[in-house]
Amino acid sequence: MNYHWNWRVFWEPAPNGTGSYLDMLLTGLLVTIETAICAWIIALMTGIVIGVLRTLPSRTASWIGFAWVEFFRNMPLLVQLFLWFFVLPEILPPSWGLWMKQIPNAPFYTAAIGIGLFMSARVAEQTRAGINALPRGQKMAATALGLTTGQTYRYVLLPMALRIILPPLTSEFLSTIKNTSVAITIGLIELTAEARAMQEFSFQVFEAFTAATILYLLVNIVVVIAMRFVERGLAVPGYITGK
Amino acid sequence: MFANFDFDVIRRSLSYLFFDGMTFTLTLTSLATFGGIVFGTLIALMRLSGFWLLGRVAGLYVDLMRSLPLVLVIFWFYFLVPYIGQWLTGSSRPVRVGAFASSLVTFTLFEAAYFSEIMRAGIQSISKGQPAAAQALGLTYSQTMRYVVLPQAFRNMLPVLLTQTIVLFQDTSLVYVLSIPDFLGAASKVAQRDGRLVEMYLFAAAVYFVISCVASFGVRRLQARVAFAH
Repeated sequence: MNYHWNWRVFWEPAPNGTGSYLDMLLTGLLVTIETAICAWIIALMTGIVIGVLRTLPSRTASWIGFAWVEFFRNMPLLVQLFLWFFVLPEILPPSWGLWMKQIPNAPFYTAAIGIGLFMSARVAEQTRAGINALPRGQKMAATALGLTTGQTYRYVLLPMALRIILPPLTSEFLSTIKNTSVAITIGLIELTAEARAMQEFSFQVFEAFTAATILYLLVNIVVVIAMRFVERGLAVPGYITGK
Repeated sequence: MFANFDFDVIRRSLSYLFFDGMTFTLTLTSLATFGGIVFGTLIALMRLSGFWLLGRVAGLYVDLMRSLPLVLVIFWFYFLVPYIGQWLTGSSRPVRVGAFASSLVTFTLFEAAYFSEIMRAGIQSISKGQPAAAQALGLTYSQTMRYVVLPQAFRNMLPVLLTQTIVLFQDTSLVYVLSIPDFLGAASKVAQRDGRLVEMYLFAAAVYFVISCVASFGVRRLQARVAFAH
């Protein structure tokens, strides 16, 4: 092997003038986390609504939900980001397109919304599975008590269904974090992009990627542990998910 | 909005898009699926082998791959594969590896982690009586796996394996970060050359959409048949 290892490279100043290489990677990590959280909020809100639509008795509602899920699930995320970033501003009325192109930090907003919508299809599928996993008696009992459909979902079905799907939602959130790296293609400078920049500036390929790998692993571990506490805190005693 | 939409740019580049780009994408998808399932099955067998060390190593590999973004893994292997080649061939310099070989290694090793979880679930879904009966008949461990457990596990998991293949098909678009002309890369090259981003990206999106839709519809029908057979 004629590769020259130099683990002290992280403390050397980076040529972009923002501090050391380590600072560069940590800035990237921060962008990754911010993008992932924004995308996750969008994914959760839209995904739950779409998932509920798919379980409603109305034909139209469940068809809208179905079309939404198929639309966002059957295209690669990268292609979707290109559509939002390059295509959408061109096919909108010129004044809107111009406004979109002038937004500062456009890659960030595009990534948050694009990844959010992409993940919303997956959250919707989980929500639907969770609602369908509930015993039918729950919905019937709610109807018998005189609750409206809205009330049934708000007070009976969703509180249980969302608890059931917490573990799969955790892994969808982890996917959201990982998917932010796809936004490197539309110019979002997140963790992978910073590692790549560090490799180009310093030629220390493997140090840069090792550091990025460790940071991703740490984020994963933190999320898994945090979600374990959330699951324990929300568990309903005596119900399947409760211990 | 489609007033100055140039359909001709798509028509002119069709042969490049499909003969070069789509061929690359489909070859990569099928070879990586095959390699991923073979390697993934080995990992699953390691995890279920009962040997502590083997199980631990396989588990760590799967967890590591599943916590990293594919883009980072693509970069990792792009730079690592020449050094692995140097180590394997004992040459004095890192070996030059082509774009296709590098991405094939990446996708095989990365997807193996996901395929191994599917195969593990498949193997565990086989009732304990089956390997016990095979053992009672005097089959060795490898015969039990080869003739009794794996064929059934594979058949039960076929819909899930195919769904994962559709995911893999979509994921291959990420080789774009290495400027490799797969289907999306080819579309993007034409788009940038002719200044026709809107047409080319919409067309690429439509092609991915149609292929994935048809494939997942097929998987759903297969799933219904498998469920019916049980």
